[in-house]
Amino acid sequence: MCGIVGLFCKTETHRHELGRLTAVMLREMRDRGPDSAGFASYDAGMPDRTRITVLAEGVTVDWGPVAAALEGLLGAEVTVRAVHDHAVFSTDGDGRAARQWIIDNVAGATVLSYGSQIELYKAVGDPDLVAERYDLASRTGTHALAHTRMATESAVTTNGSHPFATGADTCLVHNGSLSNHNRLRRFLEGHGESFQTENDSEVAAGYLSWRIRSGDTISQALEGALDDLDGFYTFAIGVADGFAILRDPIACKPAVVAETDDWVAMSSEYRAIARLPGAADAEVWEPEPARIYTWSLAA
Amino acid sequence: MKRLFDLAQVSRRELNQALHDASDGESFEVTNPRGTHAVACGITAEIDVVVRGSVGYYCAGMHQRGRVLVEGNASTGLAENIMSGRVHITGNATMSAGATGCGGLVVVGGNAGARCGISMKGVDIVVGGNVGHMSAFMAQAGNLVVCGDAAADLGDSIYEAQIFVRGDVESLGADCIEKEMRPTHVETLSRLLAAAATVPAVNGPDPADFRRYGSARRLYNFTIDDVDAVARAARERSEQERDTRAA
Repeated sequence: MCGIVGLFCKTETHRHELGRLTAVMLREMRDRGPDSAGFASYDAGMPDRTRITVLAEGVTVDWGPVAAALEGLLGAEVTVRAVHDHAVFSTDGDGRAARQWIIDNVAGATVLSYGSQIELYKAVGDPDLVAERYDLASRTGTHALAHTRMATESAVTTNGSHPFATGADTCLVHNGSLSNHNRLRRFLEGHGESFQTENDSEVAAGYLSWRIRSGDTISQALEGALDDLDGFYTFAIGVADGFAILRDPIACKPAVVAETDDWVAMSSEYRAIARLPGAADAEVWEPEPARIYTWSLAA
Repeated sequence: MKRLFDLAQVSRRELNQALHDASDGESFEVTNPRGTHAVACGITAEIDVVVRGSVGYYCAGMHQRGRVLVEGNASTGLAENIMSGRVHITGNATMSAGATGCGGLVVVGGNAGARCGISMKGVDIVVGGNVGHMSAFMAQAGNLVVCGDAAADLGDSIYEAQIFVRGDVESLGADCIEKEMRPTHVETLSRLLAAAATVPAVNGPDPADFRRYGSARRLYNFTIDDVDAVARAARERSEQERDTRAA
């Protein structure tokens, strides 16, 4: 069992409190997943730069020399700020190349995300404490995803925590389990994706990244996912300019969506939505199986 | 006199304990449910409970006698295993509304999600809107009335429950077929529509607009040959046991 939440601000009204509202939702999903948690948020604060969020778990990494080495690689300025055991690099250079270089060269480091909008944090422990440590409540922006994990098939580790992001600004939280992820991981590795865990959900994130990198829209990528992913899933997905939801054709993993003029929220359970401003008057429904739901900032 | 429980102030456990301790004829009002699970579960007295707002999982589960009205939506397992009495929500229900219910009446004013009435065993369910896929899956007894449309695989592996649908059926599940509406079915349907008539969507449809679906009885009934095979296997088993004992 896991808890997932997603919040997409359609208008400016709640963007200044995106993080605070996401933390409220995450708190309600604590008892669906008390062993670890994570969140990703999207903002247009530095639209011309790529941010790369990196985790060093159980080791101490001196981030300054890593930034200097990246400058040499990318031929562009790289800045870095540490947030506990995470570091956020910022550069005008190629984020995908930076991600791969860190994976290949920095021992103990896991690249959690890269892109012009996204930052991503995750840790083992009580979801409330995770939110507090990485200051989720202060984050502003357009949309956010968060996850509480109750590990049932693999160890309680930070690397098993969600969200997962392998491609630019493409991120996913998952409740369920995939059964064909090993074969699919090998296929994607042959098509330029690189993975850092044995986790099935990371493969789903990699699949979407591959489709989007190949030119698909998020809707087209999710149509492909319905054919190519085998297993149980409720996904909430973030991309640079939008938000999406997909459930498998059987749809035994829970999901509820609420929408007002200002926001769209999805969660495993309604109680995560109940405390949002305007929830009492929101349109509330259960997303249908195998149906792709998308919302775009451009619309 | 109506007793008030504000779930922003008191715990769900206090509320449910008060409902379990209640005597016939008492009335309760519950505010600020905010998606709380297991609200008003296990009622056994002839009481009236009104919940103002949306509830979480298993609201009015194991309900027996009495009436629960939810002014809002409900999540998974509304009125699961209801034995008697009445549970009514004005909004939408998500998965498995009325699952395994043995009696009583469940009314959903809006739409019900996937597997509405799964394994129902005698409950009557009236849905003002649509039902999701695999509704009435392995339904054994009772009636499911759908005033809107039904999604894919309606009545898959159904036993002896009856399904009435006013709108479109996306597809029927294994062994579920459309059946003739005879006067006795029109009578049953009219009774259920009248019982749920406080729902706007239910108050008005003509029973003649509905179609009836039920079991083709090909899946769960053994053929005569199979019965022989079963009897033979049982005989052989008992002979084996006798031989084992003798040895």
